[in-house]
Amino acid sequence: MTLKTILLGAVSALALSGIASAETLTIATVNNGDMIRMQKLTDDFKAKNPGIDVQWVTLEENVLRQRVTTDVATKSGQYDIMTIGIYEAPIWGKQGWLAPLDKLSADARYDANDLLPPIRSGLTVNGKLYAAPFYGESSMVMYRKDLFDKAGLKMPDAPTWTFIADAARKITDKSTETYGICLRGKAGWGENMAFLTATANSFGARWFDENWKPQFDQPEWKNTLDFYVKLMKDAGPPGASSNGFNENLALFQTGKCGMWIDATVAASFVTNPKESKVADKVGFALAPDNGLGKRGNWLWSWNLAIPAGSKKVEAAEKFIAWATSKDYLNLVAEKEGWANVPPGTRTSLYQNAEYQKAASFAKMTLDSINSADPKKPSVKPVPYEGVQYVAIPEFQGIGTAVGQQFSAALAGQVTVDQALQSAQQLTEREMKKAGYPKK
Amino acid sequence: MARKVSTRRKLVMSAIAWTLGILIFFPILWTVLTSFKSEGDAIASPPVFLFFHWTTENYAEVQSRSDYVLHFWNSVVMSLGSTLLGLVIAIPAAWAMAFSPTRRTKDVLMWMLSTKMMPPVGALIPIYLIFRDVGLLDTRIGLVVVLTLINLPIIVWMLYTYFKEIPGEILEAARMDGASLAKEIVYVLTPMAIPGIASTLLLNIILAWNEAFWTLNLTTSKAAPLTTFIASYSSPEGLFYAKLSAASTMAIAPILILGWFSQKQLVRGLTFGAVK
Amino acid sequence: MATTHTRSAARLMMAPSVILLFAWMIVPLGMTIYFSFLRYNLLMPGMEEFTGFLNYSFFLSDPAFFDALTNTLLLVGGVLAITIIGGIAFALLLDQPIFGQGIVRILVIAPFFVMPTVSALVWKNMFMNPVNGLLAWIARSLGFQPVDFLASVPLLSVIIIVAWQWLPFATLIMLTALQSLDEEQKEAAEMDGAGFVSRFIYIVLPHMARAITVVILIETIFLLSVFAEILVTTNGGPGTQSTNLTYLVYAQALLQFDIGGASAGGIVAVILANIVAIFLVRLIGKNLEA
Repeated sequence: MTLKTILLGAVSALALSGIASAETLTIATVNNGDMIRMQKLTDDFKAKNPGIDVQWVTLEENVLRQRVTTDVATKSGQYDIMTIGIYEAPIWGKQGWLAPLDKLSADARYDANDLLPPIRSGLTVNGKLYAAPFYGESSMVMYRKDLFDKAGLKMPDAPTWTFIADAARKITDKSTETYGICLRGKAGWGENMAFLTATANSFGARWFDENWKPQFDQPEWKNTLDFYVKLMKDAGPPGASSNGFNENLALFQTGKCGMWIDATVAASFVTNPKESKVADKVGFALAPDNGLGKRGNWLWSWNLAIPAGSKKVEAAEKFIAWATSKDYLNLVAEKEGWANVPPGTRTSLYQNAEYQKAASFAKMTLDSINSADPKKPSVKPVPYEGVQYVAIPEFQGIGTAVGQQFSAALAGQVTVDQALQSAQQLTEREMKKAGYPKK
Repeated sequence: MARKVSTRRKLVMSAIAWTLGILIFFPILWTVLTSFKSEGDAIASPPVFLFFHWTTENYAEVQSRSDYVLHFWNSVVMSLGSTLLGLVIAIPAAWAMAFSPTRRTKDVLMWMLSTKMMPPVGALIPIYLIFRDVGLLDTRIGLVVVLTLINLPIIVWMLYTYFKEIPGEILEAARMDGASLAKEIVYVLTPMAIPGIASTLLLNIILAWNEAFWTLNLTTSKAAPLTTFIASYSSPEGLFYAKLSAASTMAIAPILILGWFSQKQLVRGLTFGAVK
Repeated sequence: MATTHTRSAARLMMAPSVILLFAWMIVPLGMTIYFSFLRYNLLMPGMEEFTGFLNYSFFLSDPAFFDALTNTLLLVGGVLAITIIGGIAFALLLDQPIFGQGIVRILVIAPFFVMPTVSALVWKNMFMNPVNGLLAWIARSLGFQPVDFLASVPLLSVIIIVAWQWLPFATLIMLTALQSLDEEQKEAAEMDGAGFVSRFIYIVLPHMARAITVVILIETIFLLSVFAEILVTTNGGPGTQSTNLTYLVYAQALLQFDIGGASAGGIVAVILANIVAIFLVRLIGKNLEA
């Protein structure tokens, strides 16, 4: 160790800190409630990390996806941190588009082992973590206890589809705008296809066989779609084919749905008396099954990741560590109450007695997440990963196009058979164009 | 001699016109009203029109979440900048086409207009790659350039139709007097052309302000105009009509007010020489 | 009597516009044509290869392509019909002596200033929504079943939204044209005992021919690339019932990130747009020369 190296070290340290003090992180994120809360809590991060400034780009989900995908694929470097789904993370990780979060995985204080196993495994490629989960969700049944009591029904913890269908029809009373069940109908791979693919899993259907041959011509899909369309016709709200998560949330909160099968994160919205008219009347149950060994629940998480080649990896890692840490959960709990912390990412949260007390849906959420298996989503073997999606780059396009067909079937514009036939044809076309089956 | 109109007929006509006018305007009015409601009142059934608890909390919320002033300023810079730059480039061209027309003038005009017919999304990736390589992504200059090029055909065409209405004899007379080309433009043409230029300016500011494809895809934060601002309020998780209305009102109010104040000038140019 | 001097000056003056627009057209167009012959998906880098006309044959044989073509024409035609007829009607009405004409004109002109994204959001959520929308409430209070606009009549809904935005434009141009109609001409016709209908057909309509042409030309240019309204309201669905060409190309480019396919689609759209442009030139040639 000579004076020269010490000096050099000091100079470079100075230079580094000089750069650091001017560092601004540009973060792209979704306009969901939990992210907006994070945006508002940024000051806490800045106080703990002087010299790092944060600039938010908050966008609607579809726009966000277009913007970050274009950016990362063309290596334009417009964002330092991107919010991406559990669908993108492994695909991008494999492409080498993301910087692995090695530091986080190794950090004992961050405690990566505390992350819920299904979600952590979904974000890991070849043993490296490529994105850190901000919140995670599965799907479950949310139902109105008062309406069930009135109809003399009792919801089991793990209902079957037959029970759900019967109950929905019994509760429906169109004269008072009470609809037995609200389900997604709006076309989109992340909208109706998330629900329908997960449901199809429980009916024994699958997207592709082992040779990547589309399976929409199989009886399992016909059963799924028939069941869904008939049920919605008898017991669903009007205009169901344009209802996505938001629309159904509004319907449920205003007391118009008897049941709603959707994301577990919705639980904190429907039980919040400030937003929901039915806050004190909501019960929860696992997503239904058909006795085939798979339930119709999905697995999703929104995650923070750093694009490869970023020059601000260090600062970006600091931010991700802050936003997905146990401390962040405590911070939100302290400011907004335990029921509002971003759920579904850490085991420790579900062992926290205060959280269990504040969030009546905690146990059901954890059970739902842990019962989803992205590596083995369907009853029959499949060549892909992902519960309510297929983790290949082509899926966004195909999923949305198929979703449009199924949405048209729900709207009554085409029959179930026509919709399935179109879905089969268009999937075959796109897969052929993309060069499947790949060796 | 003015035509005699019975008061009764005038009353009936006024009633019809007002009803239709209010119907057309209603969506905007409703948005503004909703922006002052609480979220509960916003989706109340039956809807409440005026007698609700007026609140400005939505505006406060929107302001706390996004930097409205920055987005607003970007919108101003890019719409004004692109229009002015477009005018500088287009005025000579339109002048030449109007006063020294050749057989191909019409073809050139139509070709210019046809460049506007390509679906922008088809050209997005090429432009995006070029912008990345020259460092124009998320810059105001980049946006100004793109918007100038997009609206240039309309600018040229509007000016052309307007210039054509200027009687040629005046120019002839000026030339007789020995005015040079530069003088001809500055002293003769410009004063006559100002109303046309003004309305072209206004129309293009409106078009640029409302352009939502390129502005959304070529900016991230620093140069992002109000169209990006709106994109963070559309379809969030949960239904927030009141906040959406507040953001919408903030995005459209400046241009709406500008449009109203300048409608006389605007109308004059909107006729595209359609009226003699 | 242009001299050679002025002619070359004219060329010089046109040069910047022409060169810039040419560059703006040719550079992306060249790249798009090049991409359209590649298997090029943004999500799978390093796999680009020459595929000949594969992208074109896939785009043209896509069942959605024919729907998109029909929808594009219906959308343009529908909006043109509504705005021209509505515009003339409004213009005739506003041309009458009425109380507060200025204010009514301000009300009518307003939608033209609203961002397409905003107007689509407002219509979708606050008016056409079958449960919380105002139109549904009106239907229910009159005892009808609310219409689910975006699901049962998606294309018509989009047409209504777009027509609402363009009606002011048509009205304004028609009104200006109408106001320039010689008052004496109208009075003379009235003296001759011509009724409203014949006055309208023989005097007013011919006078407005040029105004109508202009409305058609300008609106067509913008209507061919209607996009934001569809994206926000129906996402092109249900099925492909409200997908137009622009939206179809968008789905390829930004949902599938299939740049090769989207480029082929873009080129097809350009060719179709130019066919429309040729028709328009014919139309303009007849009506605007006069």
